[in-house]
Amino acid sequence: MLRIENLTKRYKTGDTALKSVNLEVPKGQVLALIGPSGAGKSTLIRCVNRLVEPTEGRILLGDKELTTLGSGQLRKARRSMAMIFQEYALVERLSVMENVLSGRLGYVSFWRSFTRRFPQSDVTEAYRLLERVGLDHMADKRADELSGGQRQRVGICRALIQNPALLLVDEPTASLDPKTSRQIMRLICELCEERGLAAIINIHDVLLAQMFAKRIVGLQLGEIVYDGVPDGLTPDQLTLIYGEEDWEATIDKVKDESDEIESIEIVQ
Amino acid sequence: MPLKMNNGNKVWQRRTSKQQLLNWFAWLIAVAIFVYCWQLVSEKTMWIFVLDSPAQASDMAERMVPPKWGYLSTLWGPIWDTINIATLGTLIAIVLAFPVAFLAARNTTPSVRFVRPVALFIIVSSRSINSLLWALMLVTIIGPGVLAGVIAIGLRSIGFCAKLLYEAIEEINETQVEAITATGASGPQILNFGIVPQILPAFAGISVFRWDINIRESTVLGLVGAGGIGLELNASINTVSWTQVSVILLVILSTVVVSEWVSAKVRHAII
Amino acid sequence: MISKAPAQRVWKRKPMITNPKLRWGLIGGVVVYLIIAFYTMEVDWGRVAAGMPRAERFLGSFFPPDFTSRWEDIYVGIVESLWMTVVSTVVGIAISIPVGLGAARNLSSRPVYLFCRGVLAVSRTFPEIILALFAVKLFGFGPFAGIVALSIATIGFYGKLLAEDIEDMDPVQAEAIKSTGAGWFQWLNYAVQPQVMPRMIGLGMYRFDINFRESAVVGIVGGGGIGATLLTSFDRYEFDTSAAILLVIITIVMFVEYSSGFIRKWVQ
Repeated sequence: MLRIENLTKRYKTGDTALKSVNLEVPKGQVLALIGPSGAGKSTLIRCVNRLVEPTEGRILLGDKELTTLGSGQLRKARRSMAMIFQEYALVERLSVMENVLSGRLGYVSFWRSFTRRFPQSDVTEAYRLLERVGLDHMADKRADELSGGQRQRVGICRALIQNPALLLVDEPTASLDPKTSRQIMRLICELCEERGLAAIINIHDVLLAQMFAKRIVGLQLGEIVYDGVPDGLTPDQLTLIYGEEDWEATIDKVKDESDEIESIEIVQ
Repeated sequence: MPLKMNNGNKVWQRRTSKQQLLNWFAWLIAVAIFVYCWQLVSEKTMWIFVLDSPAQASDMAERMVPPKWGYLSTLWGPIWDTINIATLGTLIAIVLAFPVAFLAARNTTPSVRFVRPVALFIIVSSRSINSLLWALMLVTIIGPGVLAGVIAIGLRSIGFCAKLLYEAIEEINETQVEAITATGASGPQILNFGIVPQILPAFAGISVFRWDINIRESTVLGLVGAGGIGLELNASINTVSWTQVSVILLVILSTVVVSEWVSAKVRHAII
Repeated sequence: MISKAPAQRVWKRKPMITNPKLRWGLIGGVVVYLIIAFYTMEVDWGRVAAGMPRAERFLGSFFPPDFTSRWEDIYVGIVESLWMTVVSTVVGIAISIPVGLGAARNLSSRPVYLFCRGVLAVSRTFPEIILALFAVKLFGFGPFAGIVALSIATIGFYGKLLAEDIEDMDPVQAEAIKSTGAGWFQWLNYAVQPQVMPRMIGLGMYRFDINFRESAVVGIVGGGGIGATLLTSFDRYEFDTSAAILLVIITIVMFVEYSSGFIRKWVQ
């Protein structure tokens, strides 16, 4: 469904963040993108929705080529690729509901969004999503009153209300504690399964990646050095991605048993 | 490191000798400039008047007491005008400063090369010229009165508000804007959802702050004929009614103190 | 609890002021104020309309402004404004340092504190032009009166900020120096000065900038500087000379602002 061909990104500073990357993501697949900081993970997913303009190469979503779209069409295309951010990136001074509804901005006119008169169907869907993540009672709270885990749930709602075909997820757990991290990752994966969404998840925690993703892609200095199943990540492979280190402890399958809590628990 | 060896002992100095020299040189220039300027002052000053001034001051003070409290009742109108000049002027300024600030901020301007310099020029011209000078011009053009004062305060405040506001816009959190962009929002929607909520508190704070300054400035606009309590001050000085002058000064003092208190309270409530 | 079925839940933005009485009361109050303010503003619209051709002539006189025919007056006025600015800034700051030290609560005894705060409050409340008005009465016409007015205003501005800066300084550093057995002046030099110096230099530059702008105004009441020249040009309706003077003022303010940024960087 998403096809990336020979994607290259050079920044104005001369740094090459991506070197001719090829990647194909079929419908409904959850893919974890791992690699050290500066490997180009963030650049890669930002090139897909063109928050960062690619230098060379083609990106196709379905049969639509994203790299050549004009600004109006790009806005239309962005509706079908929702993004979830590191540090949540909620607009802190808006309420939870306004943050969720901002996911519909690509669909409604400026005037409707300015007066906050979103169609009832959008509002209903927003409540349904908030209920799904256990936050519907917080709809009128301001986003900066929420805890980290709660904010990321709102971020997920904002992404899903776009009704996307693809989720671009940038370090969703980077600022969360280990328990909340697992809950958030599990939530994202469950929701992808429910809705048949494909997802690219940037994540630096190899363990979490192995635990939740069906496919793992390792990026190093802008090049793909691993592409395969989680079990295929041997110490040699990890050394290739991250460099020399004792990887045995990481490979030890830490199963999810220790964390068998209800996946949607409201962290107060 | 300014480290030297002397008879086997380490000698520490704060600066290297070259830095030291430069430092002294800068001070020398500064002092020379000041002395030269002081000399120019001295040439233009009648020192006899200055020496005589303590006597003059005590004489003036004597003539100012007791304040003529009965005069207070005629001042309510001018005070009302003064407050209106400050308030309406501030309103005009913030309405106009809002778009100018967006055109001047590096991250929201439509064109860094063409639009931004124009916006910055508007800001700097508005800021460089004192509200009294603006009032002077406007009184010449549209005649004396409150309207000239309102416009003068407005013109002077655009630059001030726009400058602080565009600095606030340049400091916003860009990832929040990115998140809104990623939903497929249009330019105006990004402004409305991603940027404006972030700068709203700064915007409100700046407006109240400027209102407070404007109260102080509008008390004197009457000196050039632009309405408010300054008109009474000018008239009283011209007719050497010093007991009225002292009343007016006390009124100005209390207006300024009250407005400062109000603005501090409101800003505290916002932030 | 909300009794409606979730599918029907409507959402409206929560207003900033939740109490409806207070909200509508405030809105009504503002509207009433504006109406009264407009009606009590006695505007002679005939006079305003008559002024429009003059406004046009004034704007037209900026293209091009006339620097030449009164250049002698402009030059003398600007130079006088500049040296007035230098002297009043230096004198004002020199006096405001002891006053500011006295007005810092963590530095001085109660009576000294109250006295210095009083001095600052009085010198801050009156606008420069009123100070100039009285200075002219006392010292006669000429730049000396303007300098006195600007110096007093500088004391109020600079002394207050200095006092606040000292009150906000890091007490741990101050204690550390005190515990070495340093004398009061040594303590000032080693503990207080390094902490407040960079900001105070910046503020000094800023005050220089303000004093230059104000020096253009004190001339209106006879306090010397470019203001008198400007006033004369207005009185004679020589708008192209006024335009020239305004442009010179703007240029100098821009230059001072630019160079103060440069000096601030150099100092730090």
